[in-house]
Amino acid sequence: MASKGLRKVVAMSDTSFDISVDQGEPDKKTRSLLRIGGRFWSWVWFILGAIYFLVPLFATLRHSLRMERDVLGFKAYERAFEDPSFLETFLLSNALAVATILCSTLLIVPTAYWIRLRLPQARRIAEFITLLPFVIPAIILVFGLIRTYSTHFTIPFTDIELFQPLTTTKFGTYALITAGYMVLAMPYMYRSVDTGMRVVDIRTLTEAAQSLGAGWFTIITQVILPNVRSALLSGALLTFAIVVGEVTLASFLGVDAFGPYLFLIGQHKAYEPAALSFVTFLMTWFAMGMIQFVTGGQGQATGAH
Amino acid sequence: MAQTSMTLPKAKEPSNLKNWLGVSPFFLFAIMFILFPSLYLVEGSFFNQEGQFTLQNYVLLLQTPAIVNAYKLSIQISAATAIGGGIFGFLLAYSITVGGLPRQLRSALITFSGVASNFAGVPLAFAFIATLGRRGFVTLLLKDNLNIDLYQAGFDLYTFWGLTAIYMFFQFPLMVLVMVPALDGLKREWREAAENLGASYFQYWTRVAMPILLPSILGSMILLFGNAFGAYATAYALTGGRLGIITIQIGAQIRGDVLHNPGLGYAMAMGMVIIMAISLVGYSWLQKVSERWLR
Repeated sequence: MASKGLRKVVAMSDTSFDISVDQGEPDKKTRSLLRIGGRFWSWVWFILGAIYFLVPLFATLRHSLRMERDVLGFKAYERAFEDPSFLETFLLSNALAVATILCSTLLIVPTAYWIRLRLPQARRIAEFITLLPFVIPAIILVFGLIRTYSTHFTIPFTDIELFQPLTTTKFGTYALITAGYMVLAMPYMYRSVDTGMRVVDIRTLTEAAQSLGAGWFTIITQVILPNVRSALLSGALLTFAIVVGEVTLASFLGVDAFGPYLFLIGQHKAYEPAALSFVTFLMTWFAMGMIQFVTGGQGQATGAH
Repeated sequence: MAQTSMTLPKAKEPSNLKNWLGVSPFFLFAIMFILFPSLYLVEGSFFNQEGQFTLQNYVLLLQTPAIVNAYKLSIQISAATAIGGGIFGFLLAYSITVGGLPRQLRSALITFSGVASNFAGVPLAFAFIATLGRRGFVTLLLKDNLNIDLYQAGFDLYTFWGLTAIYMFFQFPLMVLVMVPALDGLKREWREAAENLGASYFQYWTRVAMPILLPSILGSMILLFGNAFGAYATAYALTGGRLGIITIQIGAQIRGDVLHNPGLGYAMAMGMVIIMAISLVGYSWLQKVSERWLR
């Protein structure tokens, strides 16, 4: 590709620009040699990167297959899946991920839509809010959430009490952790949806729907949602990848989710953690592959740690 | 920025209020779960155990060697992985964009970067224990075949270098993801113009491409810094809380007030927020600078 580009440059300089003609042949030759040298280094970096990616995964897979002496087998996977706690925690994490995605969608789609349509002056502040989770890492967020919601809830700097501690009931804790996950996922969800809306021109769509007599509910559910489907889906998959293995919020709020479970068996067992780590990796890969698929390679694909 | 110039029917005062009502659930959520928790930490950091207003917590913060060292270690690890991951990630992004590698490798690497930059926490720690731990795959490979004993040579997965090696696994893929669009933004005309004026490939890179890319590279490195600075789960899963980085210290404080002074714990958290905020401001500024040329 590089040599093709070069040829084009050369052709161009011969016909339209005469500036480089008197530079002569040797310069062109060294130039293309440099390009080839550049490509050699490109391969070096790529191969180094591939090694860094693949070796830990290979090592994990290899370790997970060696539970029985001298044979490769799926024993560790069988053992790991047999444990009833695995299924329990894994299902809980999935349920929390689904709850997070649903609540985020309910909160963010109408907001992003409304700001684009009617309230452009709120844009900056909304963007600022969606950036805040980058400033407040998970460990700080959970610290704040515990301090705020594990006691009687009062408005900061005052003694006005609003409600009972959330962490005393199971439902309250689940609600709290879902809200926490919504905060962690907010930058990705909001940006994804907002970009999706910029692309489809929601203003025209809204006017068209209104002229056909549609109400707000119909417009959002029947017109806007289907049009930002792929943006929403990529945000949702990223949220899923973040939530399913999440440890910090879950362990400090005392929720028996998959992340803390994986940590726990890592303390006691040798092969099962490797097996489950590899499964987690495959799931992340699946989610990211789906994002590439639904967005045609344009999806944003970074999460929090 | 272009979308702000979207022509909008100017809303009149009363309906404007109604418009704000439409976004109130979102703002209410932000107040309840971002603002209030943050304010509670701010509030806590300014009061002593007797409930009196004080600045003592922040003074203590800078005078407690354990806390200062934790910040230092966190900053060192974050800076090392931001610079190392930044350089390596840039080279990788270079190789798949303008470096002339086949197109299929580009999409493979981007998908893989998406996976790796999200593959963190407990599973990542386990993966590296299986790779570079005392009985890890690479450790044994080097020992048995090349007679190199990493652990004799001073390497230990459970220390600074180990954690740095692990963080690199999600750091450089993130760099790849943010640098690929920037490198794509380099216009072909710039290179052609430089070459027509007789610039060598090296001159083109040092005089044209690099000055354009530099703000974006530095900004991305700051992003990487914040990314590592806030990480907790990976380090915790690896060392069970023995390696004293700041997030681990805060974790210990949440679990059981190890400092015996809640206010100091809140001040410690605020210190982290301040460092994160500074890096975010730096990042957005550099992002704005780089947007002058790219995109």
